[in-house]
Amino acid sequence: MAATMTVEVVSPEEVLYSGEATMVITRTLGGGEIAFQAGHAPFLGALTENHTRVFLTDGSVEDIAVHGGFVEVSNNKVSILSDAAELGSKIDVDRARSAKQRAEERLRHEHDAEAISALGRSHARLRAAGITV
Amino acid sequence: MAGGQERILRGRIRSMQATKKITRAMELIAASRIVKAQQRVQAAVPYSEQITEVVKDLAAAGANSSSPLLAGRSEVKTTCYVVITADRGLCGGYNAGIQRAAEGEVKADVLAGKGYEIIPVGRKAESYFRFRGYRLGQGFAGFSDSPSYADAKAIGQHVVDLYASGEVDRVELVYTRFITPGSQEVVLRPLVPLSREVVQGGDGKAGSDDGTGGDYEFEPDPTIILETLLPRYVEARVYAALLNAAASEHAFRQRAMKSATDNADELIKNLSIVMNRARQDSITTEIMEIVGGAEALGSGKGAGKQVRIVDFGPLSNPLNDDAHDGFLDIRPASALAATAVGVIEPDDLEGEIEGIGPVIGRKLAEVGITTFKQVAQWTAEDAERIGDQLDFRGRIEREDWIGQAKAAHLAKYGEQL
Repeated sequence: MAATMTVEVVSPEEVLYSGEATMVITRTLGGGEIAFQAGHAPFLGALTENHTRVFLTDGSVEDIAVHGGFVEVSNNKVSILSDAAELGSKIDVDRARSAKQRAEERLRHEHDAEAISALGRSHARLRAAGITV
Repeated sequence: MAGGQERILRGRIRSMQATKKITRAMELIAASRIVKAQQRVQAAVPYSEQITEVVKDLAAAGANSSSPLLAGRSEVKTTCYVVITADRGLCGGYNAGIQRAAEGEVKADVLAGKGYEIIPVGRKAESYFRFRGYRLGQGFAGFSDSPSYADAKAIGQHVVDLYASGEVDRVELVYTRFITPGSQEVVLRPLVPLSREVVQGGDGKAGSDDGTGGDYEFEPDPTIILETLLPRYVEARVYAALLNAAASEHAFRQRAMKSATDNADELIKNLSIVMNRARQDSITTEIMEIVGGAEALGSGKGAGKQVRIVDFGPLSNPLNDDAHDGFLDIRPASALAATAVGVIEPDDLEGEIEGIGPVIGRKLAEVGITTFKQVAQWTAEDAERIGDQLDFRGRIEREDWIGQAKAAHLAKYGEQL
């Protein structure tokens, strides 16, 4: 059995996920995707909107849409802090789709930061819900 | 009148019972919400603890931030107070306590010649300070009993902007800290700039167990992370304050409504006693009135009869002209005695005296004349006056009622009048 580590995904309103896992994949601000396994060196990163995957010890994967935040790795523990994060199973796919379309529509006319982050959020949601974008 | 008072009391008791129902319902609702609010406070703890850890670790790792949020200003000219109150009243001294604390701070600042700005959170704070003419910044309201993180975020961003723009040099939170359901306290906590001890308190030994010390890898570089992290940190602090305030609000409301319910109970009890007394009083008065009335009626009838008998008795007192009222005149006691009041047996006037039919007999009886003796003792003037009054003038003389009566009396009683 592969070495495990403790993973916590925490939002201000609740602890979304807490448990053992073999690997976590997330995406840092400007740095691309990054994976952590047991025994990773201490790490601190700022996250962008992304689809975070937590590989559990039983082989299943927990999909979480993380809308910005931070990741801290130390002592064989990965903590993901986000002021807005959703479990993939709880995402409203239709809403995410229409949000994506609205954002794309707006981006066609003007290039504004809000629409870009809205698009990023909808992408993260849809991917976490298991839909390829 | 007593009955009216009783009705008023009944109305007051009814309205008090209605009020009690409302306060009781509010008490129960607040009690159930305390538990929920407490859970939310607990749920927010991991995030704020972890974010504090991250800030400490970053600082310990030497993240060198020129972020204004960390750098305190050398001279504090303007302080911004974020005053967190409820949107609604009916929660005892909850709002008043916070408002008093905040107002005290503001007054101290004004005395010291410093500027201030109040950010009211919750409608009560806004109306309180607006009414008193304080300088208000942007207000936030509408979420006091169950704040969401988005609300905290809006407030956090607003104060960070205020601070960054240099409009204010310090931001303080005034809110009620929830300790237990039975105890809460109003606290004043500095929010911005972030206190040095929080940021520098990082022990730097995260991961030190395996000897790696604070050797973090950063991505992107620590300064950027810190700068994005600090506003989050402020938001988390505001969020925790909002949750504490919400839980405290429910606790205060529950207590206030409990004592309101108790007071209503007490009032209902007292009013019921007063009402019952009033009701008994009015019943007693009624009975007294009935008894008194019956007595007055009974004695009044008896007296009337006696007077009538006397009126047309042995003529010791000739009636005056407006004698139809005079029937009830109280005669001297001697006159009463003279007629030998007692059992006066009526004679058959109609049968024995010619000229007295049923109509005249009834008229005579009405004025108390029922015996031969009474008629026989009339004088000529009496006959004329009575004839006038009873509307059979002249018949008394013409038909010689007096003579007939004497004869009938003689025949019946054997007494010559």
